Amino acid sequence: MSNEWPLWEVFIRAKAGLDHKHCGSVHAPDATMALQAARDVYTRRQEGVSIWVVRADQIVASDPGDKHEFFDPMQDKIYRHPTFYQLPEEVNHI
Amino acid sequence: MLRLADGALILAQRLGEWCGHGPALEEDIAFANIGLDLLGQARLLYTHAGALEGRGRTEDSFAYWRDEAEFFNPTIVELPNGDFAQSVLRAYLFVLYQQSLWARLIASTDAELAAIAGKSAKETRYHVRHLGNWVVRLGDGTAESHTRLQRALDYLMPYTAELFAPDAVDDALLAARIGPALGDAATAWREPLAATLAKATLVLPAASPFLSMGKRGQHSEAMGYLLTEMQSLARAHPGATW
Repeated sequence: MSNEWPLWEVFIRAKAGLDHKHCGSVHAPDATMALQAARDVYTRRQEGVSIWVVRADQIVASDPGDKHEFFDPMQDKIYRHPTFYQLPEEVNHI
Repeated sequence: MLRLADGALILAQRLGEWCGHGPALEEDIAFANIGLDLLGQARLLYTHAGALEGRGRTEDSFAYWRDEAEFFNPTIVELPNGDFAQSVLRAYLFVLYQQSLWARLIASTDAELAAIAGKSAKETRYHVRHLGNWVVRLGDGTAESHTRLQRALDYLMPYTAELFAPDAVDDALLAARIGPALGDAATAWREPLAATLAKATLVLPAASPFLSMGKRGQHSEAMGYLLTEMQSLARAHPGATW
């Protein structure tokens, strides 16, 4: 068993209305300190208005080796892509 | 004014000493952030002090061109960093003290000072939270961290008497309704401190008659070394700019 602090993944919302985006990770002994470490490490230059931290070992990730069966079948189904609409110019972030 | 500013500046310098030496990258940055906030507060206060004095002194003249006896920071901020526990606790005791002052200075008849207090109070609220979390975690952590923090508390507490012991300057400022009532500030300081120490399973040492004199310009032997390092660049290259 290692004495290292657990790893936490950090997600930051740059401004109201945008999504939280993954921006990196921190080591911290618990959730409270992880949030503060994320604030100190990743928002020093006004990068965010909201922070999420998630313990890295709590994230279930897809296996890169499963890429073919997971993602390739969607390649030839362009009728699912929302590219046939005209968006008004003032609509952002879609 | 200079007492407030010097306290923030000298602690900023001590916190900066941790840069590159923190126990973890995350805490290294946290300490530097707090230090830079304090430095910002000192700059505002020096600039205001210079304007009040009206003799053309700038923030730099105050920081780099005064000698030891002309600094009026409380002794607690100039003490060496010691171990991480001592650094955390010293910073916590001081930012909690700042918090108790800002809360009163926002009502100061000096409008500029009140504005500085209002801005600084936000920063200080985070410092108190962050450092307080460390005090609880170290105090209520392992046997080793508890021992170190209790040792730091026994060492540092006698230096806190100075923070709230009013002298003629404090009394005059209070009478002019510029400065805070230190008695009230002491109460506002002691309550959250007691709550944090209880959570951290630490015991306050018995009160001691010792009274440090930093705010009257009489410093510990650590102060000269700190100033030498802090002022060496400015004095070797007067007028240098970034």
